[in-house]
Amino acid sequence: MTPLVSTGKRIPDYLNAAYGLKSWLFTTDHKRIALLYMASVTMFFFLGGLMAVLIRLELVTPQGDLVEPDVYNRLFTMHGIIMVFFFLIPAIPATLGNFLIPIMIGAKDLAFPRINLGSWYVYNAGGLFTMYSILNGGVDTGWTFYTPFSTTFSNTYVLATGLGIFITGFSSIMTGLNFLVTIHRMRAPGLTWFRLPLFVWAHYATSIIMLLGTPVLAITVLLVALERSFHIGVFDPAYGGDPILFQHLFWFYSHPAVYIMVLPAMGVISELITCFARKRVFGYRFIAYSSVAIAVLGFLVWGHHMFTTGQSIYASTIFSVLSMLVAVPSAIKVFNWTATLYRGSISWDTPMLYALGFIGLFTIGGLTGVMLATLGIDIHVHDTYFVVAHFHYIMVGGTIMGYLGGIHFWWPKITGRMYPAFWSKFAAITIFIGFNLTFFPQFILGYMGMPRRYHAYPDEWQVLNVMSSAGASILGVGYLIPMIYLAWSMRYGPRAEANPWGAVGLEWEIQSPPTAHNFETEPVVDKEAYAYTAEQGYVPPTKEAEFV
Amino acid sequence: MANHDHDTPHITGLGTYFAVFGALMVLTAATVFVAFQDLGMMNNVVALGIATLKAVLVLWFFMHLGHATTFTRVAMASTLFFFFLLLAFLFGDTLTRDLLDVPGRVIEL
Amino acid sequence: MSDASAVQHPKLQHYFHSLRQQTETVTLGMWMFLVTEVMFFGGLFAVYALYRSQYPEAFAAASSHLPINLGAINTAVLIGSSLTMVLAVWAAQTGRQKMIAVFLLLTFVLGAAFLGIKTVEYADKWNHHLVPGPSFQFEGADPGQARMFFHLYFAMTGLHAVHMIIGMVFILMWVPRALRGEFTREWNDPVEILGLYWHFVDLVWIFLFPLLYLIGRHTG
Repeated sequence: MTPLVSTGKRIPDYLNAAYGLKSWLFTTDHKRIALLYMASVTMFFFLGGLMAVLIRLELVTPQGDLVEPDVYNRLFTMHGIIMVFFFLIPAIPATLGNFLIPIMIGAKDLAFPRINLGSWYVYNAGGLFTMYSILNGGVDTGWTFYTPFSTTFSNTYVLATGLGIFITGFSSIMTGLNFLVTIHRMRAPGLTWFRLPLFVWAHYATSIIMLLGTPVLAITVLLVALERSFHIGVFDPAYGGDPILFQHLFWFYSHPAVYIMVLPAMGVISELITCFARKRVFGYRFIAYSSVAIAVLGFLVWGHHMFTTGQSIYASTIFSVLSMLVAVPSAIKVFNWTATLYRGSISWDTPMLYALGFIGLFTIGGLTGVMLATLGIDIHVHDTYFVVAHFHYIMVGGTIMGYLGGIHFWWPKITGRMYPAFWSKFAAITIFIGFNLTFFPQFILGYMGMPRRYHAYPDEWQVLNVMSSAGASILGVGYLIPMIYLAWSMRYGPRAEANPWGAVGLEWEIQSPPTAHNFETEPVVDKEAYAYTAEQGYVPPTKEAEFV
Repeated sequence: MANHDHDTPHITGLGTYFAVFGALMVLTAATVFVAFQDLGMMNNVVALGIATLKAVLVLWFFMHLGHATTFTRVAMASTLFFFFLLLAFLFGDTLTRDLLDVPGRVIEL
Repeated sequence: MSDASAVQHPKLQHYFHSLRQQTETVTLGMWMFLVTEVMFFGGLFAVYALYRSQYPEAFAAASSHLPINLGAINTAVLIGSSLTMVLAVWAAQTGRQKMIAVFLLLTFVLGAAFLGIKTVEYADKWNHHLVPGPSFQFEGADPGQARMFFHLYFAMTGLHAVHMIIGMVFILMWVPRALRGEFTREWNDPVEILGLYWHFVDLVWIFLFPLLYLIGRHTG
């Protein structure tokens, strides 16, 4: 527990560097901003979760007996908007990324600390507009805002919500810009690109998408607002406009946005797998490049959301082929993680449980994604629960598992406290079981033809829907348990050492929690990432063995 | 990290700036003149070509892209690439939509 | 990192090693912001390109109602403001502190002139019932499609004007800083990145001018 400071004199950690509300609200310390973000993001997660609870309650019975149809429309819309824009997109980058990227690259802060703080305020301003619309009854367009319904027919608070998303988009841009510039310009001496932790590579790729994609969403939302207010006609066939143009522009951002959500989780998993297998990562460069490949290819596939819209069949065919191409870099990652596990000395700490869960669930989500990219199958299961199950396997099974795994891995570093091992493992297993019980039946339902976004359904689908709702309650409990013991640990948890997991990486070489400036003397990096050695429990295989 | 490490930043001479300004003015006059000549399809090409040339002059000399790091240049080039990607797929859809004679698929203009 | 041991410059933030690293970082940050701006305007340009290709006649007919002389003058004014802006950056780099303020003010005046001419144009549209809305009237084959052209015209030039106004606010904020002698030969990042932003606004107009004013001029 001795801080690793060369002067020997103890410097207060970042949590104790200053006190009072002002020291938090006006902080420019990336670590404190990460915690501010964590609070906001968690709040929105439980708000979005509340909507999900109501949706699953409604679907317990075939009749639409709990809520009115238009209330149900608002519920799934607000669930989607809150979860996508206010939780999944900022969740890992703005919290773990914000906290860890400067430390991992040996910097004292991000390149633009005030912009970083500003992004948190912008995020919350966007959240306020969205909350305003929720309190007034919400929006019923679906989170995708398809025209002409959103521009001409919907009588709900489209403008307020759109404004909220427009504003929140800028917080995403600010975060991405900060990361990209920081990673380019502020690495410690000796920290070359191929010595960077893969977490940093993943966030680099994420930032590229944030910078290139989010502005297009901004202009699209702006055009929707203009169309709704002044009927400018660009999305309205009555004036010669093309509603499908909206979908092109919307998915140009919103498909890559899926990779904004999942790439950071992949970065987390690379850290967890290597640490708890005590092994160098298999194929470092392939994992690094595959992150960038996913970011680039992610921009070439958006039309697979539009196979049934009247999009040209030629465009659909090309989009279909390109969509399958994205599976390649994703598969590279999965294969490399499993190859890293091979002959590793594996320990079953809580973060590792999440990491293994991620690999399994992401693989199912990814493979069903390839099915959906196939033109014929997509037309069969388009807008059914098959799609719903698919993207929840990616977003919940991927992003949230990665987020929770990362939180549990770096919690000792962030707070300086340990959490109870039993309860955390219990929660991880509960979440895994609850998740699968919730969403696997939805694959079957979707394949049988149950459409999404309906509040009533035929009787023969009740058993599977009840299973799904039962799973959702297990999942809900699973999410509440960490809230309790993590909150408990902040005050009562045993103090954590600088490196409780025996992991390698710059963040584990400084004290827990870190000091305000992270490093008292600038680190110099002279080795690769994940340089786990024999005494840490790993026996390097011979050259031949690696390929057996 | 830095792709070129001068100790002092490069300072472009005033002569260059005025020359670039002059060239931009000439090109503006040229594009207005050409707009009134009937070149058929080539009118659009020439107008956008001149605009691109002007943009390159502004980027290279006024915005000092000529002395920027390689990464800055690559970033701007790839941004344009992604913009053209958006255009390419957009037109790839709209221009081929009614090639197949499927009922209900033909968009009347 | 060569001058890390030198005396700390007052404008050097603690998380950077050197002014040089700081300048490179800040400049790169502005370029990255311009990346987002390209994509932001890019979405709008894509919409314009799509409808221009679908309704070439209507767009050409509508375009011929725009005053080409005012558009050309405005192009010259804006390019002139880019020149004065680059001269402000030059003055900062060569340590001529008063001249920074002079050139910034000149840039502001030219920017204001641009917006003034733009206002004349907008008023002209209003008087000729070319502003989409209840009073919109267009004598031509396809008034609906011409209406879309004018909507796009106002959206694109309006968004451009908003960017100019933001730039002009910053120019005004930078003038007293320049007069105080804050920008030196060693440290003039704010002037430099404001210049980048202003030139980008100029770039957008360089494309807006032919796309909105000049297309189909030979037929109309």
